[in-house]
Amino acid sequence: MHPCGNFRERYQQELSVFTTDFGRIWTGIGILLLITLVPLSASPYMLYIFNMIGITAIAVIGLNILIGFTGQISLGHGAFFGVGAYAGAIFSTALHLPMLLCIPAAGLTTALVGMIFGIPSGRLKGLYLTIATLAGQFIIEYVLIHWESLTKGTMGITLPPASLLGLSLRGDLGFYYLIFISLAGMVWIAVNLIRTRYGRAFIAIRDNDRAAEGMGIPIFRYKLLSFGISSFYAGFAGALWAFYMGSITAEPFNLGLSVEYIAMVIIGGLGSISGSIFGAVFITLLNEALRFMTGLLMNSDLFSTSELNIAPLREFVFGLAIVLFILLEPRGLAELWRIIRSNFRLWPFSY
Amino acid sequence: MDFFIQLLVGGLSVGFLYGLSAMGFVMIFKSSSVLNFAHGELIAIGAYFFLAFVTWAKIPILLSFLLALAGCFLLGILIERIFLRPLIGEPLIFVVMLTVGLAAMFKGLILFIWGGNLFTYPDFLPKALGIDWKIIRIPPVYGATLIIGTLFLILFGLFFKFSSQGIYMRSVADNQRAALSLGVHVKRVFALSWAIAALVAGMSGMVLGIINGVNVHDLSGIGLKVFPVVILGGLDSIGGAIIGGIIIGLLETFTGGYISPSLRDVVPYIVLVLILLLKPYGLFGLKEIERV
Repeated sequence: MHPCGNFRERYQQELSVFTTDFGRIWTGIGILLLITLVPLSASPYMLYIFNMIGITAIAVIGLNILIGFTGQISLGHGAFFGVGAYAGAIFSTALHLPMLLCIPAAGLTTALVGMIFGIPSGRLKGLYLTIATLAGQFIIEYVLIHWESLTKGTMGITLPPASLLGLSLRGDLGFYYLIFISLAGMVWIAVNLIRTRYGRAFIAIRDNDRAAEGMGIPIFRYKLLSFGISSFYAGFAGALWAFYMGSITAEPFNLGLSVEYIAMVIIGGLGSISGSIFGAVFITLLNEALRFMTGLLMNSDLFSTSELNIAPLREFVFGLAIVLFILLEPRGLAELWRIIRSNFRLWPFSY
Repeated sequence: MDFFIQLLVGGLSVGFLYGLSAMGFVMIFKSSSVLNFAHGELIAIGAYFFLAFVTWAKIPILLSFLLALAGCFLLGILIERIFLRPLIGEPLIFVVMLTVGLAAMFKGLILFIWGGNLFTYPDFLPKALGIDWKIIRIPPVYGATLIIGTLFLILFGLFFKFSSQGIYMRSVADNQRAALSLGVHVKRVFALSWAIAALVAGMSGMVLGIINGVNVHDLSGIGLKVFPVVILGGLDSIGGAIIGGIIIGLLETFTGGYISPSLRDVVPYIVLVLILLLKPYGLFGLKEIERV
């Protein structure tokens, strides 16, 4: 049991990932359930949703490292995701690399692109940097469509069937394992990254860049590094997505996707790795639920006869979710989860 | 040469429209330092208000123009009151994302009510406003735009220069804390600047609607074009917004005409990155930007 208050005595305790064995055990049980129970019991549609959540979560963790931990707002994450998808597809079709090599290579390529578009952060901060990344989003989108010799323009690229170490990786189930092993690895890296000197430098830059500079942190280098790591996550997720989908076009990687990723970061909780996963789960489920609802409403008598168009309400609810979270719980789902937990823990003397 | 002059005239007219659309954006940034991503939707809402008054309610043109402006004014006050005021003092990303969320909400609502089709206003402008002189052809709408735009510029110039509310607004833009300590009602100034910005945005939406027809996707897309314009002109300069708009408009039409039509839409953003790297405070902005 926790007492209320902070009674840590050593720095190791401050750095610990799990504060109690209780959390450790439940995390283990959760992972076990994800590996065993879910693939056996879930329908293909459920597996598809799980896979989408997993891919999205990887990308959102990357963005959270940039926004939540380093404090640099980027509106180009959707485009970086697209760069990763195209890089994976091109490595696979043009160079015939195996998938196991393609995905990390795509991540590294995207990290390079991300660092190039992170260069303005050397001179700009805050609003101006946000606008610069917005420009990056449009420029990358343009290049993806118009560099026809490489990306085949609006035709898109069809990838060869995915295979891993000679085993053919068909269907949702195979990808489920691949995606969740990747997600677990990426979460592990991110959680530990935050505890190293790099992560602490990121947090120092977020909290006060001048003080960080004064304490001897070369902030431009660390900002670039943060852009690189964040884009690596986006590119990795993008390449996974490309292999999972089987064919890609430049269309989905627009500003809307970038906005959706930032929404996930905020709704999940800025500066929280678990929050990124919560955000990815929340928005993906919200999207699916709204799709289901609009499908249901469109077929009902009330709306199919009237002139009103029900589909745009999805966009409205998405916007409403962002606005409500910012106004009511700006620290996101991670904070809600913490409050619920501590309520249980301190019951009946919660305060 | 004919082609060049055609492009020049086209670029100037498009650019003036960009500048007009950017004016409201600058006004909000100047007084409350909010980067408004919902600006395109505010533009669209103005156009749809006008559309509703003209075609649904069948109110005379001039009266519905004024009614639509009043509607935008009220909407601006409401937005500030309900959504922006609780966020005073919160980190930047929340404010930015709030306007992004508002943009999605407004766009969803407009699509829900009117759908994504193209609407046109009834033709009401007199032909005398246009110019038809050999190769230079300016349709009447552009003439009307020029008149309306100049009128608004003069009105706002006078408003900021002489009225007490305008002076309050300038003082808040200049130094919020000093204004507060001298007894300026800063919150009211924020509300007023949102209201005026929504009004200007709505006005430019109506003008754009007269020229290109009313379509929510096109109109809200203008909201993103505003960024290169205001960065070029300087984020807090209203005159700079007009000049930045004209430069961006010329740049777009000339690249579209001489280099490649597909490059047209991305050129403003390339310029945007270059300006940010070389001269981040723009042509006429205050040199107050905090460097890293």
